[in-house]
Order: sequence, then C-alpha cells, then structure tokens
Amino acid sequence: MLQARHKTGLVFFPAFDWAISPTHPEREERLLYTQDQVFEEGLFDIEGIQEFKPELVEELDVKRVHFCVPSVGRVMTESHFISAGGAKTIARAVMEKKVERGFALVRPPGHHAMRVVHGARGFCNVNIEAIMIEYLRKAYGIDKVAIVDTDCHHGDGTQDIYWHDPDTLFISMHQDGRTLYPGSGFVQEMGGPTAVGTTLNIPLPPQTSEEGFLYAIENVVLPVLQDFKPDIIINSAGQDNHFTDPITNMNFSAQGYAQLTSLLKPDIAVLEGGYSIEGALPYVNVGIILAMAGLDYTYVKEPNYDPESIRQTAQVTRRIESVCDQVMDVWKHRESLRKKAMTGKDLENRTRHIFYDTDQIVENQFETLRVCPDCSGVLKIDSSSDRGREIMAVHIPRKACPRCVELGYQWYETAKKGRYGQVFLQDRPRDLYLES
Amino acid sequence: MIIGLDVGGTYADAVLLGPEGLINFVKVSTDPSDLFTTVLTGLEKVTQGIDPLQIQRLVLSTTLSTNAIVQKQMPPVGMIVSGGPGVDARLYRTNDHYCVVGGSIDHRGREIEPVNAGEIRKIAETFKKEGLARVGVVGKFSVRNPSHELKIAEILGDRFEKVFLGHRVSGNLNFPRRIATAFLNAAVYPIHKNFFEAVKKSLEKKGLNVPIHILKADGGTMRFDSSMDFPGQTILSGPAASVMGAIAFASPETESLVLDIGGTTTDMAVLLNQVPLLNPLGITLDCHKTLIRSLETHSIGLGGDSAVRVKDGRIVIGPDRMGPAMAYGGSTPTPTDALFVLGKTSNGDREKAVQGIESVAGALGMDPEQAACRIFDAACTQILSEAREMIRRINSKPVYTVRELWEGTCVKPTEMLILGGPAQYFAEHFREISDYQVRVVPHWGVANAVGAALARTTCEVALLVDTEQGIATAPEEGISERVGRNFSRDDALQKAFELLRKKALEKGADPEELEMEVIEDLQFNMVQGFYTTGKNIRVKVQVQPGLIRGFSQGVQHAASQA
Repeated sequence: MLQARHKTGLVFFPAFDWAISPTHPEREERLLYTQDQVFEEGLFDIEGIQEFKPELVEELDVKRVHFCVPSVGRVMTESHFISAGGAKTIARAVMEKKVERGFALVRPPGHHAMRVVHGARGFCNVNIEAIMIEYLRKAYGIDKVAIVDTDCHHGDGTQDIYWHDPDTLFISMHQDGRTLYPGSGFVQEMGGPTAVGTTLNIPLPPQTSEEGFLYAIENVVLPVLQDFKPDIIINSAGQDNHFTDPITNMNFSAQGYAQLTSLLKPDIAVLEGGYSIEGALPYVNVGIILAMAGLDYTYVKEPNYDPESIRQTAQVTRRIESVCDQVMDVWKHRESLRKKAMTGKDLENRTRHIFYDTDQIVENQFETLRVCPDCSGVLKIDSSSDRGREIMAVHIPRKACPRCVELGYQWYETAKKGRYGQVFLQDRPRDLYLES
Repeated sequence: MIIGLDVGGTYADAVLLGPEGLINFVKVSTDPSDLFTTVLTGLEKVTQGIDPLQIQRLVLSTTLSTNAIVQKQMPPVGMIVSGGPGVDARLYRTNDHYCVVGGSIDHRGREIEPVNAGEIRKIAETFKKEGLARVGVVGKFSVRNPSHELKIAEILGDRFEKVFLGHRVSGNLNFPRRIATAFLNAAVYPIHKNFFEAVKKSLEKKGLNVPIHILKADGGTMRFDSSMDFPGQTILSGPAASVMGAIAFASPETESLVLDIGGTTTDMAVLLNQVPLLNPLGITLDCHKTLIRSLETHSIGLGGDSAVRVKDGRIVIGPDRMGPAMAYGGSTPTPTDALFVLGKTSNGDREKAVQGIESVAGALGMDPEQAACRIFDAACTQILSEAREMIRRINSKPVYTVRELWEGTCVKPTEMLILGGPAQYFAEHFREISDYQVRVVPHWGVANAVGAALARTTCEVALLVDTEQGIATAPEEGISERVGRNFSRDDALQKAFELLRKKALEKGADPEELEMEVIEDLQFNMVQGFYTTGKNIRVKVQVQPGLIRGFSQGVQHAASQA
C-alpha cells in the first residue's frame, strides 16, 4: 500500500467548460490529459493524498490585493472565482493542519495580474497566489511569505503587487525577458526603495535544462530562503519550462520539476502556465504531486524523454552561473542598497505603461510612494486606460505607520474631488476597502 | 411470481413475491461453512406448496465472494501487469504470482513500447508450471487502447481456464484499482462458478427452471451466465439488497436517508427520488480498492449489540460488539438492554438487561431508567451525526466544471427510512430529535430479500471518441471502431445508448424497463498549434439502479394497506 511521507492536499479544478477562446492555449482541454494521467495513476487513492473541493473566493479577498477597474465582477469570470478559491482552499487545509503541504492544480492562472486590473494580461485576470497570501495574513496572522515563481514567464504581476513589501520575498526564475513575454524580470529589478532585495529575478538563457534550473535552486533560492526565514513558502508552479512547451524555449523535464519540488519543499504550490498539454503536463504534474507527498518519482518520464538530447551547452551553464552570482550579490548587499535607495528621498515616483496582451488594453500608471523611515510606505497609483477609464488607487500597507495611514486617507479624500472616474482605497491595517 | 434470496452473515432471508405483493417469506440460519445448503433450504422453504412453473425469476445475493476475500481464502491466480512510466507498478502487487512486464501505452492510447512476446511466453510457462489456472492481465491506459492486453491474452492462448482482461472490468481510469479488480475477479471466479452451477443444477432437478440473476453491489442484477465474466461484481451485494428493499417505500420527488440498524453496525445510504446514489469510483473491501460499481454506503460500528461503556463520565457505544445483549445471554451492556429497561422490548431476560444497565448507571451516578434513556439517546444522536457527516462528504465531492461548481447542487435528505430489529423504537426517537420525516420500512426483516427480488438489471457503457485519431472505443464492450472527422457528440450518445441497450439485454434486462440515462457528457476541442485538429468526446451512459415495475407496485400497495 502506497503511503505519502508528507500528507498532501490537492485541489484539482480543470474548468472543463471554460476557455479564453476555442483554440487559445488557455482552453477546456488544457488539463484533460493531466486528469487522465493523475486518475490513471490512482494518485487520489494514495494514503495521505487528499483531494479538496475548491470554494469560491469572496470579493473581499480580491479587494485585499487588487484595484479592479471598474469592479471585481467585471474583471473576473466565474472560473477565476474558483481558481483563486481553490488556492484559498488548499492554503486553509495546510494552515488547519489537515495536510502538511498542498497543491492547487487549478486554471485559469494569475501571476501576470498586477495590483491594478483593467483586464486580462498573459492569460491572467487576478493574481490567485496574492489573493491566497493576503487571505492567509488576514486569517492566520502569517507575516513573512516567500514566493518562488518557477513559471517560464517572468511573474511580473506578483512582482508588481509585492514590489514595495519587505515582508514578501518574491523570487522569479524564468526565460530571459529579452527572448520571451512579458519582457521583464532582469536582475536589476529588485524592489522599491523600502523593499530593495525582497524582489529577486533570475533570468535564465533559452535552452536551460535540468542542471541549470537545479543549480539556480541550490545556489540562489535555497540560501536566500534560509536567510529570509519565511513563515511559509509558496511555489508558483508554472510548467512551461518543459522541453515540449509550444510557446517557450527551455529544456526542463518532469524529472527536473519533481527534483526541483523535492529541493524547494514548498508548503503550497499553485499551478501557473504550461501549455504542452499532452507531452508535458500529465507527467510534470504526476512528478510534482509525488515529490510533494515524498513518494518515489524515479519512473515518471515523458515518452520522448532523453536527457542527453536536451542537455544544456557549456555556454548556457556559464551564463547561468554568472546570473546567479549577480543575484546573490544583490541579496548580500540588500541592506546597503536599500539605505542608498531611501536616502534623501521623501516621495518616489514611477511612470509605467502596461500592456494587456490578452485583452488588448494599454494602461498608463503614475505611481507615488512615500519613502517612509518607519514602514514600507503608503502608495498611490494614478491609472488610466485607453478604454477611457481614469482612476486613483491608494494602498495603505499592512504595517503602515500612523503618518502613512493619515496621508493615505488625505490622498483618498483629495482624489475624490479630482477628475477621476473612480477612487479606491485599500486600508490593509483595518482590512477596509473603500471606493467612490 | 418471483423470488429474492439474500444470504447474510447470520441469517438468509428469502421472499416470494407476486403481483399482489409479498406472498411468503422465511428466515433460515446461515451456515457459513455450507452456504449451498443455506441457499437451498431457503429456497425450498419459501416455495413450499408453490408450483415451480409459476415462478418467473430468481435473484440471489450471497456473501460467498465477500467471505472468500475477507478471509483470504482465494485460490491462487497469475497476474501480468504492464505499467510503463509513472508510479512503479511493482508497488501495486496483489498476490504472489504478480509479474510486471514491458510495454506501455500513453494517455491518448498511443503505443510507447510494444509488448515483448518472449517475456509473456516465459511467464505463461512459469504460471503453467506453478499450476495456475486463471490469469489477470492489466495494462496502464488499457481502457484507452486495449491492444496490449489483447495481445498478451492471445499469447497466453487457451493454456489457462480463464483470463481476465483489465479493460473489460471497467471503463474508468485508475490503474491500481484496475489491477485489484481484475485480480479479485480472477480469484473468486472458481468459487463463484462452482457454487452457482451447483445451485442451478439442484434447482433444475427440482423443476425450478427459471432464469437466475445475481445481485451486484450497485443494487442491480446480472444474469447467471454473464456473472461468470464478472464474479467480482457480486461482492458486498448485501448492503445493496437492503437499500433496494427500502426503495419501494421511499417517497418520489424526495431525497431519503436509508438506515439499516443491525446488531453490529448501522449501514447508511442515500436515495434521490427513489434512485440510490452510486459510489463514483468503486468498492473498497479489505485492503482492495476496486473499480467495482457500488452504491454509496457508509457503515458505522454502532448497532443494537454494540458494547456500551462509560469513559470519563460519558457514554461510549461501540464500535465493537462483545457478543449478544445481556438480555440474550451476553456479558456486556448494549443499546438493546437499554430498550429492555425502558420497557420497549420484553422477549428476553429483563433481569439481566437491568443488571447490565445498572453497571452503567452506577458509573454515571444516576438510576437505571435514566441511564437507559441516555444510552438510547446517545445511540440515536451518534447515528444522526454520522449521517450528517456522510452527507457532508457526498456534498464535498469535487466537480470539474465551472457550471457544476457554481450550481452547487447539494444533497439534503428530508426523509428517513429505517430497517432493522429495533427500527420502530429508533424511529420514535428520531422523530423527536430530528427534522426528518421518519418511516419504518414494512417487513424490514426481509427487506433485503425483497430488494434483491425486485432489483432491475443495471449496467454502464463508457464511450471515448478521438476524431483526431479517428477512433471510437468502448473498452468494456471490446469495441474499437474507425469514425469520421465529423463524428459528433450526438452520434456518440446515440452509439453509447445502442451499446448500452445491447449490453443490458444480454445481462438479462427486460426491454420494457430500460431506464437509460447520460451520466457523463464532455466534449473537448483538440488543438495542435493554433488549429483545431479534432474532438475528444467522452460519454458515459447507464441503466440506473431501480425496481422492476410490476411487482414493486404490489409490494407498495400491500404495505400501504397494512
């Protein structure tokens, strides 16, 4: 009788009746063969592996993270309420010790969704990990969180949400942004002035294979996690680094994903991308589930797996080593870098143009952060889209000092008298979300 | 007239039904070492004075296979298992002669590695030398493409008495369960065959030349001859018999909870509009998780003879039974003894019952009457709370579509049907402490046999169409056909219903009573690059469990007049 060494929970929600469009990679069929493989392997029968039915996420859970324009209901489909709810369900099962670890095998994904949401970008509408994490902070008093994003695309949405949060370590390893959507995620992107170093990017060259990924895990991710000492480790488990993925250029494998999972030991994994629905996902997911449960995955292999033919070149290896060195450099010097970034500044402004590829929306943002010596600083975002929507959004962070709270409300009141179609306020300390 | 006979652990119950209802019923003691005599005695007694020519059908339900499995008294079989990549197939070993072989098929049914004929021949020789007569052959994803199992069977040839192929036992995906199911079928086959052939022969000798049907765990029946291919489906038919017996008395348009309160356990099931809820995967018996279709039942260690103890000032009932109630010569107080103290039962030794309850009362610091009340209430409360838990579990079963999740259909029984010895006393108390409409099933003592007699033939067909590869497969039916690119979901449903009809009639169904329904209906666009290359259609249809019409009305009518 098979018995899991680590009691593992699974939310499996393939959304068999939901697609972005009939031939879109994010379509009904995406997890069909994964379901077949997982069912056929009998994984849900293994002693110590438990399946949970996802709940629906509540609007309040979404508002803790996002400014949805014009409203939560308009930017989320029925399926997003379930995929975010699935992540929440699995997180609760872990926190309530029903299971030791959990994996939300859900779709649609979320890691390209930023704090302000005008529509879908990179197949994502809302950030399901962030919604789950902020729920955990609210419901269980979790403080320090580490997110390790192993999707092939830079997790720019999650990065955006936690850019100014020194209590959330966000590490993204992905295919070099010069060669792949969304074109960001370089080593120099290391967080806002009050949170320098808690955003880390490890851009990997195309054709990185098992040894490269595992090198980055062992030489950057694990040592950084050891320093940071998070209360909980989340893995944004995209599966598009696979050698058969149709929209990326990496050479990772099911064996590699399973080993990565064994090394990382995430408390919670959440599925992100991965569009090789026949050749990769069935095997990668079986590998990840077995690895999370602490079971043997030696024989989990794709039919066409040949480690020799996908081995990375010496040049790729050197490139990876150099990138990892640079990232560790950022991490080691984060205190001094932060001091330098904050010195002499009262307000920090950022102008950004954000393109929503899935919904073809262009957004312009003007962001202002109070560089506060006592907290991570209150934030306001002036955002307008080419759909004619113009909003002001104020975010008072979870551990805001009294001055930042006060300033946040001042900004909110002032903006209400201004030209904006909508004005939002996230008062995280009081878990209060206003809008006018 | 029709006959239902259900052999349980302690008693065998037999009933004779006519269009007007229950004509005769008998209860005989079960001799576990001689079920054959038990069955024949039951049949003889229930048909006493009846012209055998008047009998139209006979349905049997026995613990024969179940006992063989639980007591691990199964003759040896050979297992040939091909796993390929994934979880190591050696971890699913079912028995001594268990060989993992090469060859593999992927999730789309494509061959990854061919069968190694030489390897199979060698195993066949070894099995032969070891004197094995029956073999199970199971491949991973054989329900997507059975060619490897068929190839292996071909190599085995006719050297063995019978070969059980994994893709024929169920259309569902679950490799480890398929292994266990094929194994159990192969293992109980000779026991099942010898027993029922003997029964059939003796009945023929007595001039009882009627179609014999065997009850399955899903509350349906199959014909004697087709049971030879699926003897494993007869395990745990007993609990199904009782549930089917309750159906005749369930209200239409209602969700009902069925409670069978026995000596050792209370068994629970749920009916939706008189149709029992099925377990989506299959039976778990002993250490075997199988793909054998069954009713969703839940059994708890709390019955009339459960041991009553006091722990930390609280009453604890069960989960064990130390023997009969003290009123019937036992040595541990039981809920039945409480009923004696409360004056609800009197056909035993009340003195002894009082003594038993006094010991409980002493520990609780109250008088025996009070203690008896408490015990009885605790038993009822615990049954209710377990029932709530079962319903919660049913409602928290995962679903995989947005529509189903948002609709959130929820089972909420409002009616309670009770069977078993103390049924009427429990019913009174359940009425007081719950919101259920509580009813006692008439003739509850033989409701299991009534259920067996009235059960209709059930079966299921799964059809998978892959228009990209141009194949339609119904693995259990041994069907794999070429289909055109335009084969549609409607075509698939029509095809599935055709197959189901054929299968049901073969298994002994009455063509007038084919209540066929769709239980799964999914269609996916298959896309390569950015172009649709085909459709993946998955349909499942079934004849749902239920009662044959003519006779069940008689039973209902007679009960309503009684």
